[in-house]
Amino acid sequence: MKNFHVAIIGGGVIGSAIAWELSKYKIDTIVFEKGLDVCSGASKANSGVIHSGINSSPGSLKARFCVEGNKMFQELAEKLGFSLRWTGKYVIAKNPLESQEIDRLIKVGEQNNVPGLEIHTGALVKKQEPNITCFEGLWVPTAGIFLPYEFTISLAENAAVNNVKFMLETKVTSIKKQKENFIIKTNKGAYSSNIIINAVGLACIEIVSMLEKPDFKIYPCRGEYLVLDKNYAGLINSMIYPVPPKKQGVLGVHITPTIEGNILIGPSAEYIDDPDDKKTTSSMMKTLLREAKEIMPAIPEKAVISAYSGVRCKLASLEQGGLADYRVEESIQTPGLINLLGIESPGLTSAPAIAKEVAKMVSKYHDLKLKKDFKIVKKQPRFIDLNEKQQTDLIKKDNRYGRIICRCEQITEAEVIKALSNPLEAQSLSSVKYRCRAGMGRCQGGFCTQHIIRIMQDDLKMDIKDIKMKSPDSYLFTGHNREAKS
Amino acid sequence: MSSQHVDVAVIGGGPAGLAAAVSAKENGAKKVIIIDRNSWIGGILPQCIHDGFGVEETGTSMTGPEYLQMYIDKAKKQNINFMNETMVLRFDKNRTITAVNKSGIQKIQAKSIILSMGCREKTRWNIMAPGDRPSGIYTAGVAQAFINLYNIMPGKNIVILGSGDVGLIMARRLRFEGANVKGVVEILPYASGLPRNVVQCLDDYDIPLFLNHTVTYINGRDRLESVTITQVDEKMNAIKGTEKKIKCDTLLLSLGLIPENELSKDIGIKMDEITGGAIIDQSFETSIPCVYACGNCLQVYDTVDVLAKGAKLAGIYAAGKTHKKKPAIIVKPGKNIRYVVPQMINQIGTVHFTLRVIKPAQSVTLKILADGKEVYKKKHRWVNPANIVEFDLEITEKILKISKTLEVILNE
Repeated sequence: MKNFHVAIIGGGVIGSAIAWELSKYKIDTIVFEKGLDVCSGASKANSGVIHSGINSSPGSLKARFCVEGNKMFQELAEKLGFSLRWTGKYVIAKNPLESQEIDRLIKVGEQNNVPGLEIHTGALVKKQEPNITCFEGLWVPTAGIFLPYEFTISLAENAAVNNVKFMLETKVTSIKKQKENFIIKTNKGAYSSNIIINAVGLACIEIVSMLEKPDFKIYPCRGEYLVLDKNYAGLINSMIYPVPPKKQGVLGVHITPTIEGNILIGPSAEYIDDPDDKKTTSSMMKTLLREAKEIMPAIPEKAVISAYSGVRCKLASLEQGGLADYRVEESIQTPGLINLLGIESPGLTSAPAIAKEVAKMVSKYHDLKLKKDFKIVKKQPRFIDLNEKQQTDLIKKDNRYGRIICRCEQITEAEVIKALSNPLEAQSLSSVKYRCRAGMGRCQGGFCTQHIIRIMQDDLKMDIKDIKMKSPDSYLFTGHNREAKS
Repeated sequence: MSSQHVDVAVIGGGPAGLAAAVSAKENGAKKVIIIDRNSWIGGILPQCIHDGFGVEETGTSMTGPEYLQMYIDKAKKQNINFMNETMVLRFDKNRTITAVNKSGIQKIQAKSIILSMGCREKTRWNIMAPGDRPSGIYTAGVAQAFINLYNIMPGKNIVILGSGDVGLIMARRLRFEGANVKGVVEILPYASGLPRNVVQCLDDYDIPLFLNHTVTYINGRDRLESVTITQVDEKMNAIKGTEKKIKCDTLLLSLGLIPENELSKDIGIKMDEITGGAIIDQSFETSIPCVYACGNCLQVYDTVDVLAKGAKLAGIYAAGKTHKKKPAIIVKPGKNIRYVVPQMINQIGTVHFTLRVIKPAQSVTLKILADGKEVYKKKHRWVNPANIVEFDLEITEKILKISKTLEVILNE
């Protein structure tokens, strides 16, 4: 059995950021992800916001990692080629009472060294955001938007290119601590590693329980979202947040533009028992629309084109106020087990800073020497965003760029094949969608699904029964015609 | 980059594009080209292996592929050029089309453009069906393509939501392939597909049709496991206590069709919010001169025969000289009428109107009022939203001169 220096359990944004950070050094790292692809859980289903740090208690890990992470994003985006826009955000107070909350936020922000905070009068807010009427607004220029799955996938793929081993569809079933190492049993065999990094998010308690008695509990809190059609992109320029509701430990239903031109409404906050229950409900869809309309009455009812939900990983219950700090620490009882617990919002923003911190913890065990051959594979711009000359040149090089497969998002055959040939070897329909956007548009895959399936059959020689949508059991077809028996 | 000049460029080579192209060529256009994104010609006709195509047009009931072959033969005879696997990216007001295919970027300069991009199917999110997001949810047309073109079965135990024609046809098709079709669920008190399809596809195979019902919950975290259907009241609100859980691995959606008009909207063609298609005049011309629209991107038709009739007219006008147009009369849908096409008239002559009514009715009178004065009247034994109503009206010099609006109404 080959021994790895580090085993990361969980391929969300935290696990992928750590994998990328460690891939710079001469150590052997393996990642276990139970889904068909990285970024299959909470990392995918959120607002896609780079937070500034105005919402986290001064002195907390949340505040520290958020502010540190925020500063790292611009350089990361340029290096890795993922999209990022510093839209800024408004926290709006509807009346003088709510503006007390703004005063509190600005103090927190200043203590956390968040730059550029300004209080704008209702009139000034209206000038920037014609569809918003409020008493006053806190302007936060260092808040931005990005696509969390694009970010996570580029971290993971770059880690894989630099020899981090990714094991997809691999569920850790038990862990045994030995003298120098851990034996990790999975549905795909046993592995050995000196360090375990527990980055599984909501299931973090299960991993801890394999080794010791946990001293914490997890309180899953579901957040539902609505997605508005791109036609309404012009309604807002920046993110619009209400003042945070008291007692829930969340930021409240906000209106967020996305990189692709859609607008997100959400998230709700519902404490639930089952962390895997990512349903959307008709009552919450109505509530979200109503609450968003209170902030911005101009939202048309018919603008909604999709809905989704994600589940927050909270260390405090609703009764406790829902707020607890992150825990980024090595277990005292089980040396070598590094736990990342309760990484909820602003977890995406914090990910690069947490990864650096974890690398430091790993360096206690292994001398971290930089690899000389570390390489970065930068994400290429989409064919449709290139000028005609660049497009012509690309088609000359590979004529599959000349065939558009997804008509809504205008994605080419070459891009679909490239998405399917990713270094993680993730080959579900969702893997294609989150890598190149084919199937994400208005028709939700109506036109392109059949062409992508053909490519999977013809180019990748996949059996149609093995083609999955997003998770190991989400098969798409039952077989060929005349095989079906009810 | 390669470029070419043509008289008529047709965007979209489905039944409408084919009929329009053949008609343009027959009526004097010298060089006609059809641009289509697929590797085949005919749009969805190859996957429509049921019959019923061309009954009105030819007197023979054909399958989709047979009907298509008839048009391919005509197009070949007329030397119409096909550009397949070619995606139109945009066109401008001078009618320069930019498209892309495996040979590179293509520029096509056209005297007239005919838009015939067809339509797309509504998805789960057009009705905001709540619940999980499993695999096993297909629009009916996508499932039809998988079964009929690629020999792939989407599932074994099927519920169909929406009683549009494609959904009804797929109920029968899936039954033929051995699947267990557990029922068709329709929120309205009547089927939205053609009555003949309800009889031939559901009744003949004892497939239940749940009228006044809708899917209120989708259950299954990986693959679909069940759907909950619930009865609705007159206001289409779910009635508590009437929930039924149906085990199934597949949900087909036949919720209606949306005209594909991203190209039209990009260039600023004026759109009709009800039809989802361009606003046209009697010559099928849109708000941008020498750009015509026909087929399902203009309005969603229920039969290929009526669609082809309109497309042929569009072809004639696109091939002809442009006339100086007079100030337009606006055509308004009045009482009990959902929409009327064309939406404006600026020429004298016979105008072919198509319209849809709001709800089913019997013994009704269709009337056209020119500024309130009756200029047309016809009795109908029954009307139905699923069936387009067609009629011709002679627009005289007098009507055109003195009227500002033509209002179409249906009296019960």
